[in-house]
Amino acid sequence: MKIHEFQAKKILKKYGVPIPRGAVAKTPAKAKKIAEELGGKSVVKAQIHAGGRGKGGGVKVAGTPDEAYRAAQQIIGMNLITHQTGPEGQKVKQVLVEEGLEVVKELYLGIVVDRALAMPVIMVSEAGGMDIEEIAATSPEKILKVAVDPATGFMGFHARKLSFGLGLEKDLNKQALSLIAQLFNIFMEKDATLVEINPLVITGNNRLIALDAKMTFDDDALFRHPDIKKLYDADELDRLEVEASQHSLNYIKLDGNVGCMVNGAGLAMATMDIIKLAGGSPANFLDVGGGASAEQVENALRILLADENVKVVLINIFGGILRCDRVATGMVEAAKKVKLQLPLVVRLEGTNVEEGRAILRESGLTFEVAMDFRDAAEKVAAITKTIVP
Amino acid sequence: MSILIDENTRVVVQGITGSEGSFHTKQMVAYGSKVVAGVTPGKGGQNVDGIPVFNRVEDAVVHEGANASCIFVPAPFAADAIVEAVDAGVDLVVCITEGVPVLEMVKVRSYLTGKKTRLIGPNCPGLISPGKCKIGIMPGTIHKEGKVGVISRSGTLTYEVVWQLTQRDIGQSSCIGIGGDPLVGTSFIDLLALFSDDPATDLIIIIGEIGGTAEEEAGAFVNEQVKKPVLGFIAGQTAPPGRRMGHAGAIISGGKGTAQEKIAAWEQAGITVVNNPALLGEAAASLLK
Repeated sequence: MKIHEFQAKKILKKYGVPIPRGAVAKTPAKAKKIAEELGGKSVVKAQIHAGGRGKGGGVKVAGTPDEAYRAAQQIIGMNLITHQTGPEGQKVKQVLVEEGLEVVKELYLGIVVDRALAMPVIMVSEAGGMDIEEIAATSPEKILKVAVDPATGFMGFHARKLSFGLGLEKDLNKQALSLIAQLFNIFMEKDATLVEINPLVITGNNRLIALDAKMTFDDDALFRHPDIKKLYDADELDRLEVEASQHSLNYIKLDGNVGCMVNGAGLAMATMDIIKLAGGSPANFLDVGGGASAEQVENALRILLADENVKVVLINIFGGILRCDRVATGMVEAAKKVKLQLPLVVRLEGTNVEEGRAILRESGLTFEVAMDFRDAAEKVAAITKTIVP
Repeated sequence: MSILIDENTRVVVQGITGSEGSFHTKQMVAYGSKVVAGVTPGKGGQNVDGIPVFNRVEDAVVHEGANASCIFVPAPFAADAIVEAVDAGVDLVVCITEGVPVLEMVKVRSYLTGKKTRLIGPNCPGLISPGKCKIGIMPGTIHKEGKVGVISRSGTLTYEVVWQLTQRDIGQSSCIGIGGDPLVGTSFIDLLALFSDDPATDLIIIIGEIGGTAEEEAGAFVNEQVKKPVLGFIAGQTAPPGRRMGHAGAIISGGKGTAQEKIAAWEQAGITVVNNPALLGEAAASLLK
């Protein structure tokens, strides 16, 4: 689960990590008032989950409270498009207004779980401000890493290795040691999957401050973090994706026109791949779960049909322990309930497949029954070609 | 032959009294697996279809000679159950449960280091040695005894491949779903090594997907150490970056973990890669000629 910058900064503050003074505004008037209280220069930052806000025009420096008002007026309500939002962009509901700081140097500090090592890894770089992936691609020697073995947990050495490695001295070093330790505490205590301060800045008066903050949390651990769960912002997600998650369906909206429903994540990805190979374009990823019960099939059909780009539907179910005849019966019920109008190709395979196919053929619905995986994709592609865009 | 499990495997089911646990226990028994015990803390002394239930895994080991565990307990308690099974000294732990927190798995992986127990999963369908034993939730009937080893990060996609093989009368030595999570107990490499040494396996099929670098590591291992033919498919060629495709581990992050990179690594390693998953059965048949 992702959260906003201002929410992440609240967590940082609670753990004693220095952040710029500031507050959130939902109106230009409020933004002006915050800027007045801060005094001097301020920075107005759009609060959306996606990165790359600055380049998209979502971050503005204001010299006076009136400028902060105008900046907020421009940003609040705008449809911010960044490399992470996709072409449709994300509507901005609120801005964070912060004091402008005199920045001497920008650093990077981040923590993730390294999948190959199976341990949390803390990373720092003197090339702050750039994406860590960009640093890794252009100057990997500028990234310092240390893995924290769960057998020992976090030790002072972990922070020293990074802080001295960055060449920080005296008071700055002391600040960095404590800051790294606190950030690691957040990562572990809140079951984060990413905690990132980029940039972590050294200011003119020799202080380390988290100028930006990004945190994502392990969805599977939210059950033990009600405080984090509360920070969920459904407005940042696609409406259909939110609805799907309420039905425990894994649905991701894409931009094609072939709606698909599959049981199992791997098979669902493979189905998208095969649609593309056959010359079609998937409108979504949708995993109805290994069992594909009648109720889930109905929910899934309703959600994928709500995407108006969908012109044809492919259902690919591998019936294992839940037999194909049962799946087919559920599918017929679901298609009748949602009053399916679009062409539908069904590929059903596995236990009792003949009985299942017979149920589909005799249902009175216009199911195209595919004989195998490839046949299904080709049938879909053939239908897609007849649809005028 | 087969790897990891066979007719001598004695299974204890952790979470046997739950709905998933009791349902799949019946399925495993029907397939012919020797399920000798179940464990549900507090329900020791009961039985499920005649299978004795104990409070602790170690009791199942001592009294019933269990040497493998299959875990169906809910996600918040799954790491606890894994550690208990490892402590009890079983050779193999298969964790079916989906949704184990990543930081729990960090601890589990650390704890497993140096232990004799092998963990398969979590978030996996389990494994099967056709005709001998199945531990997990895969449909037994689609399998057939034979000489192809299958390793996969996915459940139903594995069934798809197995089905294509069995339809062509090509049997399997063992099929293992290693799990769709970012951190799992057993890697592609561990299993490639076992299949490589198994005289009854002639062809290895490996099914990868986007996210992480497990496929690239597997490719390097195949290149250096595997003399048998290896056939592969990577799911997620059309997956958008930054999105978790159902499995917690299936995500392209920071431009890394794409299907294209993985396919290139495998082709370089001499693995026969098919781009179309519908062609896996056909490709296996031609490699076995």
